[in-house]
Amino acid sequence: MSLRSPLGVALGSGTAGDGVNHWWSQRVSALALVPLTVWLLVSLVRLPLADYAAVTIWMGSGWNPVGLALTVLAACWHSRLGVQVVIEDYLHAPGFKLAALLCNSGAHVLLAASGLYAILRVALRGAA
Amino acid sequence: MSQRPLSPHLGVYRFAHTMALSIAHRISGLALTLGIGTLVYWLMCAAASESAYERAVTLLSGWYFRVLLLAWLAAFCYHLINGLRHLCWDAGYGLEKLSARRSARLVIVLALASLLLLSYLFCCPYRSAL
Repeated sequence: MSLRSPLGVALGSGTAGDGVNHWWSQRVSALALVPLTVWLLVSLVRLPLADYAAVTIWMGSGWNPVGLALTVLAACWHSRLGVQVVIEDYLHAPGFKLAALLCNSGAHVLLAASGLYAILRVALRGAA
Repeated sequence: MSQRPLSPHLGVYRFAHTMALSIAHRISGLALTLGIGTLVYWLMCAAASESAYERAVTLLSGWYFRVLLLAWLAAFCYHLINGLRHLCWDAGYGLEKLSARRSARLVIVLALASLLLLSYLFCCPYRSAL
Protein backbone atom coordinates (compact mmCIF):
# COMPACT_ATOMS: atom_id res chain seq x y z
CA MET A 1 0.00 0.00 0.00
CA SER A 2 1.23 3.41 -0.98
CA LEU A 3 1.83 5.97 1.72
CA ARG A 4 0.64 8.72 -0.60
CA SER A 5 -2.78 10.12 0.28
CA PRO A 6 -5.60 9.76 -2.31
CA LEU A 7 -5.44 13.52 -2.79
CA GLY A 8 -1.71 13.35 -3.48
CA VAL A 9 -2.30 10.67 -6.13
CA ALA A 10 -5.11 12.60 -7.80
CA LEU A 11 -3.38 15.99 -7.83
CA GLY A 12 -1.66 16.86 -11.07
CA SER A 13 -3.28 14.11 -13.14
CA GLY A 14 -5.20 16.63 -15.13
CA THR A 15 -8.83 16.93 -14.09
CA ALA A 16 -10.86 19.63 -15.82
CA GLY A 17 -12.04 20.76 -12.38
CA ASP A 18 -15.40 22.03 -13.57
CA GLY A 19 -17.11 18.85 -14.77
CA VAL A 20 -20.15 19.18 -12.51
CA ASN A 21 -20.63 22.79 -13.44
CA HIS A 22 -20.50 21.88 -17.15
CA TRP A 23 -22.98 19.04 -16.62
CA TRP A 24 -25.49 21.24 -14.78
CA SER A 25 -25.08 24.09 -17.24
CA GLN A 26 -25.88 21.76 -20.14
CA ARG A 27 -29.02 20.41 -18.42
CA VAL A 28 -30.34 23.80 -17.31
CA SER A 29 -29.86 25.28 -20.80
CA ALA A 30 -31.57 22.17 -22.25
CA LEU A 31 -34.54 22.70 -19.94
CA ALA A 32 -34.76 26.39 -20.90
CA LEU A 33 -34.61 25.51 -24.61
CA VAL A 34 -37.66 23.23 -24.42
CA PRO A 35 -40.25 26.06 -24.13
CA LEU A 36 -38.10 28.61 -26.02
CA THR A 37 -37.56 26.54 -29.18
CA VAL A 38 -41.15 25.28 -29.22
CA TRP A 39 -42.34 28.90 -28.96
CA LEU A 40 -39.98 29.96 -31.78
CA LEU A 41 -41.09 27.14 -34.09
CA VAL A 42 -44.79 27.79 -33.44
CA SER A 43 -44.18 31.49 -34.17
CA LEU A 44 -42.27 30.69 -37.37
CA VAL A 45 -45.06 28.38 -38.52
CA ARG A 46 -47.61 31.17 -38.03
CA LEU A 47 -45.51 33.91 -39.72
CA PRO A 48 -45.61 34.64 -43.48
CA LEU A 49 -41.82 34.23 -43.69
CA ALA A 50 -41.40 35.80 -47.15
CA ASP A 51 -43.08 39.04 -45.99
CA TYR A 52 -40.33 41.40 -44.72
CA ALA A 53 -42.73 43.88 -43.07
CA ALA A 54 -44.71 41.18 -41.24
CA VAL A 55 -41.53 39.40 -40.04
CA THR A 56 -39.79 42.55 -38.75
CA ILE A 57 -42.97 43.81 -37.06
CA TRP A 58 -43.25 40.44 -35.32
CA MET A 59 -39.55 40.53 -34.32
CA GLY A 60 -39.97 43.94 -32.70
CA SER A 61 -43.33 43.65 -30.99
CA GLY A 62 -44.20 42.85 -27.38
CA TRP A 63 -42.13 40.18 -25.69
CA ASN A 64 -40.93 38.69 -28.99
CA PRO A 65 -37.46 40.33 -28.98
CA VAL A 66 -36.95 39.12 -25.39
CA GLY A 67 -37.96 35.60 -26.35
CA LEU A 68 -35.75 35.68 -29.44
CA ALA A 69 -32.76 36.98 -27.46
CA LEU A 70 -33.20 34.30 -24.78
CA THR A 71 -33.55 31.61 -27.45
CA VAL A 72 -30.37 32.70 -29.26
CA LEU A 73 -28.41 32.97 -25.99
CA ALA A 74 -29.57 29.63 -24.57
CA ALA A 75 -29.10 27.86 -27.92
CA CYS A 76 -25.56 29.23 -28.36
CA TRP A 77 -24.61 28.33 -24.79
CA HIS A 78 -26.07 24.81 -25.03
CA SER A 79 -24.47 24.29 -28.44
CA ARG A 80 -21.08 25.49 -27.23
CA LEU A 81 -21.18 23.03 -24.32
CA GLY A 82 -22.28 20.16 -26.57
CA VAL A 83 -19.65 20.73 -29.25
CA GLN A 84 -17.04 21.07 -26.49
CA VAL A 85 -17.87 17.56 -25.23
CA VAL A 86 -17.64 16.16 -28.77
CA ILE A 87 -14.21 17.80 -29.26
CA GLU A 88 -12.98 16.47 -25.90
CA ASP A 89 -14.15 12.95 -26.77
CA TYR A 90 -12.72 12.67 -30.27
CA LEU A 91 -9.73 15.01 -30.54
CA HIS A 92 -6.75 13.99 -28.44
CA ALA A 93 -3.71 15.82 -29.89
CA PRO A 94 -3.19 18.52 -27.23
CA GLY A 95 -2.48 21.50 -29.48
CA PHE A 96 -5.18 20.60 -31.99
CA LYS A 97 -7.69 20.01 -29.20
CA LEU A 98 -6.98 23.40 -27.61
CA ALA A 99 -7.28 25.14 -30.98
CA ALA A 100 -10.60 23.38 -31.64
CA LEU A 101 -11.95 24.34 -28.19
CA LEU A 102 -10.97 27.98 -28.73
CA CYS A 103 -12.57 28.03 -32.20
CA ASN A 104 -15.70 26.49 -30.71
CA SER A 105 -15.99 29.16 -28.02
CA GLY A 106 -15.14 31.96 -30.43
CA ALA A 107 -17.64 30.84 -33.07
CA HIS A 108 -20.45 30.59 -30.51
CA VAL A 109 -19.66 34.00 -29.00
CA LEU A 110 -19.75 35.43 -32.52
CA LEU A 111 -23.12 33.76 -33.21
CA ALA A 112 -24.62 34.99 -29.93
CA ALA A 113 -23.35 38.55 -30.38
CA SER A 114 -24.55 38.75 -34.00
CA GLY A 115 -27.96 37.33 -33.10
CA LEU A 116 -28.43 39.77 -30.20
CA TYR A 117 -27.27 42.71 -32.32
CA ALA A 118 -29.72 41.82 -35.09
CA ILE A 119 -32.65 41.39 -32.68
CA LEU A 120 -31.92 44.72 -30.94
CA ARG A 121 -31.51 46.52 -34.24
CA VAL A 122 -34.92 45.35 -35.49
CA ALA A 123 -36.61 45.90 -32.12
CA LEU A 124 -35.25 49.44 -31.63
CA ARG A 125 -35.86 50.56 -35.22
CA GLY A 126 -39.15 52.19 -34.34
CA ALA A 127 -37.67 53.84 -31.26
CA ALA A 128 -34.71 55.44 -33.05
CA MET B 1 -1.02 10.23 -18.69
CA SER B 2 -1.59 8.80 -22.18
CA GLN B 3 -2.44 5.38 -20.70
CA ARG B 4 -5.53 6.62 -18.85
CA PRO B 5 -8.85 5.15 -20.03
CA LEU B 6 -10.93 7.30 -22.36
CA SER B 7 -14.70 7.42 -22.38
CA PRO B 8 -16.01 6.13 -25.73
CA HIS B 9 -14.56 2.60 -25.96
CA LEU B 10 -17.24 1.06 -28.14
CA GLY B 11 -15.62 -2.15 -29.31
CA VAL B 12 -16.50 -4.12 -26.17
CA TYR B 13 -20.29 -3.85 -26.56
CA ARG B 14 -22.71 -5.84 -28.72
CA PHE B 15 -24.71 -3.44 -30.88
CA ALA B 16 -28.12 -2.39 -29.57
CA HIS B 17 -30.50 0.12 -31.20
CA THR B 18 -30.19 2.40 -28.17
CA MET B 19 -26.58 3.02 -29.30
CA ALA B 20 -27.80 4.32 -32.65
CA LEU B 21 -30.07 6.77 -30.80
CA SER B 22 -27.15 7.86 -28.65
CA ILE B 23 -24.88 8.71 -31.58
CA ALA B 24 -27.82 10.23 -33.46
CA HIS B 25 -28.29 12.61 -30.49
CA ARG B 26 -24.73 13.87 -31.01
CA ILE B 27 -25.01 14.09 -34.78
CA SER B 28 -28.34 15.94 -34.61
CA GLY B 29 -26.86 18.28 -32.00
CA LEU B 30 -23.91 19.10 -34.28
CA ALA B 31 -26.31 19.65 -37.18
CA LEU B 32 -28.39 22.01 -35.04
CA THR B 33 -25.26 24.08 -34.34
CA LEU B 34 -25.19 24.82 -38.07
CA GLY B 35 -28.93 25.50 -37.80
CA ILE B 36 -28.22 28.26 -35.25
CA GLY B 37 -25.88 29.76 -37.84
CA THR B 38 -28.75 29.88 -40.34
CA LEU B 39 -31.11 31.36 -37.72
CA VAL B 40 -28.59 34.13 -36.99
CA TYR B 41 -28.06 34.72 -40.74
CA TRP B 42 -31.85 35.13 -41.11
CA LEU B 43 -31.94 37.59 -38.15
CA MET B 44 -28.98 39.58 -39.52
CA CYS B 45 -30.61 39.90 -42.94
CA ALA B 46 -33.88 41.05 -41.35
CA ALA B 47 -31.89 43.65 -39.42
CA ALA B 48 -29.86 44.83 -42.44
CA SER B 49 -32.46 45.89 -45.02
CA GLU B 50 -35.49 44.80 -47.00
CA SER B 51 -33.36 43.91 -50.04
CA ALA B 52 -30.99 41.84 -47.87
CA TYR B 53 -33.99 40.02 -46.39
CA GLU B 54 -35.38 39.33 -49.86
CA ARG B 55 -32.01 37.88 -50.92
CA ALA B 56 -32.09 35.65 -47.82
CA VAL B 57 -35.62 34.48 -48.65
CA THR B 58 -34.52 33.67 -52.22
CA LEU B 59 -31.50 31.73 -50.93
CA LEU B 60 -33.41 29.87 -48.18
CA SER B 61 -36.28 28.88 -50.48
CA GLY B 62 -34.00 27.26 -53.06
CA TRP B 63 -34.44 23.47 -53.26
CA TYR B 64 -31.05 22.65 -51.67
CA PHE B 65 -31.86 24.87 -48.69
CA ARG B 66 -35.35 23.39 -48.45
CA VAL B 67 -33.72 19.97 -48.09
CA LEU B 68 -31.36 21.38 -45.44
CA LEU B 69 -34.20 23.08 -43.55
CA LEU B 70 -36.16 19.83 -43.56
CA ALA B 71 -33.05 18.02 -42.22
CA TRP B 72 -32.69 20.64 -39.47
CA LEU B 73 -36.37 20.28 -38.61
CA ALA B 74 -35.87 16.51 -38.32
CA ALA B 75 -32.71 17.01 -36.23
CA PHE B 76 -34.62 19.43 -33.99
CA CYS B 77 -37.61 17.11 -33.44
CA TYR B 78 -35.31 14.21 -32.63
CA HIS B 79 -32.88 16.17 -30.42
CA LEU B 80 -35.71 17.80 -28.46
CA ILE B 81 -37.58 14.57 -27.75
CA ASN B 82 -34.49 12.44 -27.13
CA GLY B 83 -33.17 15.31 -24.99
CA LEU B 84 -36.26 15.01 -22.77
CA ARG B 85 -35.43 11.28 -22.49
CA HIS B 86 -31.90 12.23 -21.38
CA LEU B 87 -33.31 14.66 -18.79
CA CYS B 88 -35.51 11.85 -17.42
CA TRP B 89 -32.40 9.66 -17.10
CA ASP B 90 -30.55 12.48 -15.36
CA ALA B 91 -33.43 12.71 -12.88
CA GLY B 92 -33.00 8.96 -12.27
CA TYR B 93 -35.99 7.57 -14.22
CA GLY B 94 -36.03 4.94 -16.96
CA LEU B 95 -32.41 3.83 -16.71
CA GLU B 96 -33.14 0.07 -16.78
CA LYS B 97 -32.23 -1.73 -19.97
CA LEU B 98 -35.81 -2.63 -20.89
CA SER B 99 -37.29 0.80 -20.23
CA ALA B 100 -34.42 2.46 -22.13
CA ARG B 101 -35.23 0.24 -25.14
CA ARG B 102 -38.94 0.98 -24.83
CA SER B 103 -38.36 4.76 -24.55
CA ALA B 104 -36.08 4.55 -27.60
CA ARG B 105 -38.99 3.31 -29.71
CA LEU B 106 -41.28 5.96 -28.21
CA VAL B 107 -38.74 8.68 -29.11
CA ILE B 108 -38.59 7.52 -32.74
CA VAL B 109 -42.40 7.48 -33.05
CA LEU B 110 -42.85 10.90 -31.40
CA ALA B 111 -40.00 12.49 -33.38
CA LEU B 112 -41.43 11.21 -36.69
CA ALA B 113 -44.94 12.35 -35.73
CA SER B 114 -43.77 15.86 -34.75
CA LEU B 115 -41.61 16.10 -37.90
CA LEU B 116 -44.61 15.20 -40.08
CA LEU B 117 -46.85 17.67 -38.24
CA LEU B 118 -44.30 20.53 -38.41
CA SER B 119 -43.36 19.96 -42.04
CA TYR B 120 -47.07 19.86 -42.91
CA LEU B 121 -47.66 23.13 -41.01
CA PHE B 122 -44.69 24.82 -42.73
CA CYS B 123 -45.93 23.79 -46.18
CA CYS B 124 -49.65 24.26 -45.53
CA PRO B 125 -50.89 27.21 -47.65
CA TYR B 126 -53.26 28.46 -44.94
CA ARG B 127 -50.65 28.40 -42.18
CA SER B 128 -50.65 32.18 -41.56
CA ALA B 129 -54.36 31.96 -40.71
CA LEU B 130 -53.70 29.61 -37.76
